[in-house]
Formats: sequence, C-alpha cells, structure tokens
Amino acid sequence: MILRRVQYEAAAHAVGPFLAALEDWRQRRRKRPARESPFAPPLESLRALKDMMMVHYLSGRYADGAVPVAWVTSGFPVEMLRTLGYHTVYPENHAAICGVQRIVPALSDAVEAQGYSRDLCSYVRSDLGSLDTGKSPVGRLPRPDLLACCTNICQTVLYWYRDLARRFDVPLVLVDTPFIYGEPAPHQTRYVVDQLEEAIVIAERVARRPLDREAFSETVRLSREGSDLWGQCLDTARNRPAPWTGVDGFFHLGPVVALRGTEACNAYYRTLLDELKDRVARGIGGLKGEERHRLLWDNLPVWYATREITTLLGSQGFNFVCTTYTNAWAEASSLIDPSDPMTSGARSYSQIMLNRDLPNKLRLLERLSREFGADGAVLHSDRSCKPYSIGQVDLKDRLARDLGIKTLLLEADHNDPRAWASELSANRIGAFMESFS
Amino acid sequence: MNAAAAIGVDVGSTTCKVVAIDGAGALVDRRVEPTDPRIERQVERLVGEVRAASGRDLPVGATGYGRKRVSGARALTEITCHARGAFARAGRAGTLVDMGGQDTKVIRIGPSGEVVDFAMNDKCAAGTGRFLEVILGRLQVPFEGLAELVAGASRPVPVSSTCTVFAESEVISLVASDEPLDGIVKGLHVALASRVAALARGVPAGDEILMSGGVALNGAMVASLREALSRAVRVLPDPQLTGAVGAALSVLPGPAPR
Repeated sequence: MILRRVQYEAAAHAVGPFLAALEDWRQRRRKRPARESPFAPPLESLRALKDMMMVHYLSGRYADGAVPVAWVTSGFPVEMLRTLGYHTVYPENHAAICGVQRIVPALSDAVEAQGYSRDLCSYVRSDLGSLDTGKSPVGRLPRPDLLACCTNICQTVLYWYRDLARRFDVPLVLVDTPFIYGEPAPHQTRYVVDQLEEAIVIAERVARRPLDREAFSETVRLSREGSDLWGQCLDTARNRPAPWTGVDGFFHLGPVVALRGTEACNAYYRTLLDELKDRVARGIGGLKGEERHRLLWDNLPVWYATREITTLLGSQGFNFVCTTYTNAWAEASSLIDPSDPMTSGARSYSQIMLNRDLPNKLRLLERLSREFGADGAVLHSDRSCKPYSIGQVDLKDRLARDLGIKTLLLEADHNDPRAWASELSANRIGAFMESFS
Repeated sequence: MNAAAAIGVDVGSTTCKVVAIDGAGALVDRRVEPTDPRIERQVERLVGEVRAASGRDLPVGATGYGRKRVSGARALTEITCHARGAFARAGRAGTLVDMGGQDTKVIRIGPSGEVVDFAMNDKCAAGTGRFLEVILGRLQVPFEGLAELVAGASRPVPVSSTCTVFAESEVISLVASDEPLDGIVKGLHVALASRVAALARGVPAGDEILMSGGVALNGAMVASLREALSRAVRVLPDPQLTGAVGAALSVLPGPAPR
C-alpha cells in the first residue's frame, strides 16, 4: 500500500512531469516540415494540455492500491469523489482517445464477438473492448474500487456501468436524474439530493474516510470556477476572427471533463484564456486565411475524422466558432453554489442539455448562433448517441427558418469509423459550402 | 439552333451525361452512355465529340461522383448543379426531387436558383434507381410498359424491407407465394416513394414538386410519388440531364439565364 502510494505520487509529481518535459524537448528538437493545413499554428497551451493529460493517465496506472479509484460518467457530480481523494477515470474520455487513435474497430470487434451489438454506443464498445483486449493508448487504466454513474447524459450508461460492476465486482452508485421538461420541480431536485446523500455514504465507505463538508464546498467552488473559466475560453470565439477552431475546443475540453474540481484544471484554463485573449488582441484567428463563414457544431465530435472535416471546411474559410458539446461543460457546474452543494448540485447536474427537453435545446442553438454570429450549422447525426441526435431534423428546420442560417445534417458515429462514409460526407460538406455562394 | 457556349458533364454512378448549352441555357447537344469505370477516357472522348460538333473550345463544368476526374473542368457537387439546372429548366424556385442511380436528393431551391436546403439518402441505395433496377431485373420485368403494368395493378402488395438486398429476397418469396406480379411491382414503387416522401418532409403544402434524374423517366415512379406526396409532380424536360445542364450553366460566361 505504502509502496504503491509512493509510486502513484512519484508518477503524478516527478516521473510524469519529467517524461512530459522530455517529450516536449524531443518535439521541439524534431524538425518536421510544417503540415499543409488551413489552420493557424497550434496554441502554445496545447503542450501544457498534452502534459497534463499524460501525467493524469500515467499516474492512473499506479492509482489502484494507492488511492481509491472511481470510474465516472462525464455528467456525474464528481466533486464528492474528488473531496474524498478518489483518482477518477472517465471511460468516455478514454474511449475518445481510442477514437482519435483509430483503434476502435479492433476493440469493437472483440466485444461484438461476444455478442454485444454494433448498435450499442461506440464509447461502450471501445471501453469494454479495451478491457477485454488489454489494448489502450494510455497503457492501462487502474482497476476501479467504485463505479459512479449519472443518467443525465443517457440511459446507456446505466447498462454500461452495470456491466462494469459485474466485471469488477465493486459497488455502483447511481444518480438517476429525471428528465426535465421546462424547469426542475422541487420533488425532482429532492429525489436527486436523496440519491447524492446515499452516494456519499457508499463513496465514504469505499474510501474509508468521511466527507469533509468544508473541503467539499471548496471542491465545488473549484469546479464552478473551472466551468466558468472554460466558458470564458469558449466565449473568446465570439470575436472575429475567432482565435481558435472547433477542433481546438474539442481537445482542450479534456481537463474540464476529467479533472473538474481541481486547481490544476483551473490553472490550465487561466493559461489558455490568457493565450486566447492575446490572440484576440493581436487579431490572430484559428484559420490561416480569412474566416469567411462561422459555423456552429452540434453533437459529439467525429473523433477519428475531426481533422478531415474541419480541414475540408477550413480550406474554404469556414470555421467552427461554437459547439453545443464544448458548451455543455461550461454549463455543467455553473449553477452550483458552494454554500449549498447538495441542492444546487442536484439542480445543476439535472439541467444539463441532454437531460432537458427539445425546446431548451432549440433555445440553446439559437442563443449560440446569435451570440457567436454563426451563419451556418453542422448537425452531426450520431449513430451512437440517440439522445443527442433526436430532434435534429426539426432543430435544423427551425434554425434555417427562424434564423436564416444554412444547415447540414451529417451522418456519422462519434467513435466508430466503420460508420463513416468519407466520400459521401465530403460531397455533402461540399454542397453545403457551395450553398453559401 | 444557337451556337454552343458551355459544356456540362455529369458523371453519375449509372450513366455519364455530357451536354452543350447555348448562351441562353438551351440544350444544343447531348451524349448519354452507361458509365465506364475508366471515367477519364470516356469523358475525354464525349467532351471531344461535343467540342468538335460545336467547332469551338468551350468551358467545361463537371458534376457527379466522377467530377474531380474531369480534367480542366470546374467541379461542383451534384446538389448545386441540379438546383441550377432545375431552376433554369423550371424557371422558378421550388422543391426538386432528383432520383438517380445511387442518390436520391430533395433540394429546396431559392428565388435565385441557390440551394436553400437539401436532404439525401445516406449510406444505402434502397431509395434510389438502383433499387428498382436490381429488383425489376430479378423479376424480369422490362422497363417498357412498366407504367401501364403498375397502373393496371388492382392493389399494391406490401414490400416491407427497406434494404435492396433483403427486398430482393422478399420479392422472390412473394412470387413464390403466387402474389400477382403487377401488385408486387406496384408495391415496390409505393415502398420507394414513401422513402422519398420522408426525405421531402417539410415541403410547404400545395407546392408542386419538380422531379429530375433518370428515375423520372419511369412514369410509374412519378405516379407513385404524386400519390405519396399528395401533390402535383412536374417532371423536368430531359430529367436525366438536369445535373449536366446545371454544370454547364456554372461555367457559362455572363449572368445566369433564367
């Protein structure tokens, strides 16, 4: 236990940062010819982002046995676990890394061979496949002591985490958030608060320590600050030209998803925000050339084809300036009140976009389009994420009718490249761009 | 006949179309052949023929899935070209249903001939000309007399499959069950029309639909579509050439003719 803890702390605070610095040094020395691309040079902060995520995953390899480990859904109220000293693993974030590395078909094949349907979410197939094959771009994930699942993003997570609970034979805490039509009713908030209290009891038992309520408030404060900072980073794209692209936003999202509620997360976003503001002041845009059109992206990224899509659009001066996906984490903890973490947390985590009705999503799309000055929208109809994709045909029609913006419904899957038709998609994107002239 | 002013090429999945138009957008020459896998050679030959007939070196616009393999041409997607072609042929804005070999598209055309919005079948050819071609081939039903055969059917035999391959097996079972051939063929048209109608959702009530693409030459399909959409369907002249005409219009010097 003690040795394991030493290894964990060393990985987090000495070996990890050293290896990250070494990798930075090697990258700087490597003289690679600049890749032909329509994008401005990458943000300097990207290096810090890579370092941070690398250290997070490296230390994770030594976390089991050293500190309590929880596997957590992206929408779970993580602040309680953070305060109890858990090392948190986000299988969705890990799955996205698998998607970017294009190893999902091999992982999915492994679970499909066991009878899991290809119609299941490709994040689920990626992570279960990673577990079964032992293949992971991050080496290995630590074994969980606790599974923490919140149904505010979808119902699939419930079955996914039940499967994990069976595999690991560890407790599963579930926070079931009623779907919100309009505003949350008091009894709905109460229902979620009760579950949070129950979850804390189990999380305390597994961590073998009580929750320090003062420290909990401080974590909540950090979490809220992190969401606010992330929101401010996103807001810099209201400027013309936007200082970065939608692609940047997808990748810089990592800390607010996986390290929300930590000072390190917030420090990172302060650095990023400074750099973005500096770019705005100097008139540097995310695209090398003129930003002719500004686009909104709806739904998860197409992780394996993000560069393909944005390069095609960027080469014609189209830039994604806002996305409903990255915006979700600017809103995730924005309503949490550190002086009343339970009730405000219940309300906040119940009100994330995917747990609210379609009129709310329409209002969000309209607000983002207006505030960011978007004249076009690409709605990714995601084969793997039905809760996010439902209603998109109506939303598309309303955006076109009410705001007069050009829209494109793009069929894909967020993590499985076998559902991606490159040539067909390029044709639709081409027609979409031509419709602006 | 006026002198040719521009050439349009539409390299589709089934047929390759090359047209020449005059300065007013009227068709002055045409070539239609089954698409050869060696697209470059086929297009070079057909464009050469049209150029030779005109006696001039004309600008070339290209569309269709093989558009990028047409050398020296301005390449535009078939969505834009069909909108431009249909706008010029119909002389007005509206909604176009284009049914080709592997694509079915519904395009909303704005008052200047621009694309306002479009929807297409995705990753599956079940709502396209290829669907009919495969299954009618299997049933050995000739294209000639198809409209009369369908019109004479007492009732459509429901074909439930939404996949070309499965529908083929289903149709074979229906034949084996002694279902009437004309009813099966009508059922196929109804199934196809309902898929297209789903794409065309949101079209303002009462609007006449414009139709283009090779499938528009099939009167039975036009009638089925009319029924599925509960509105008039107007087949554009030379419906198969709409995309090629649009491609030619895109390189026509001067303002676009209406």
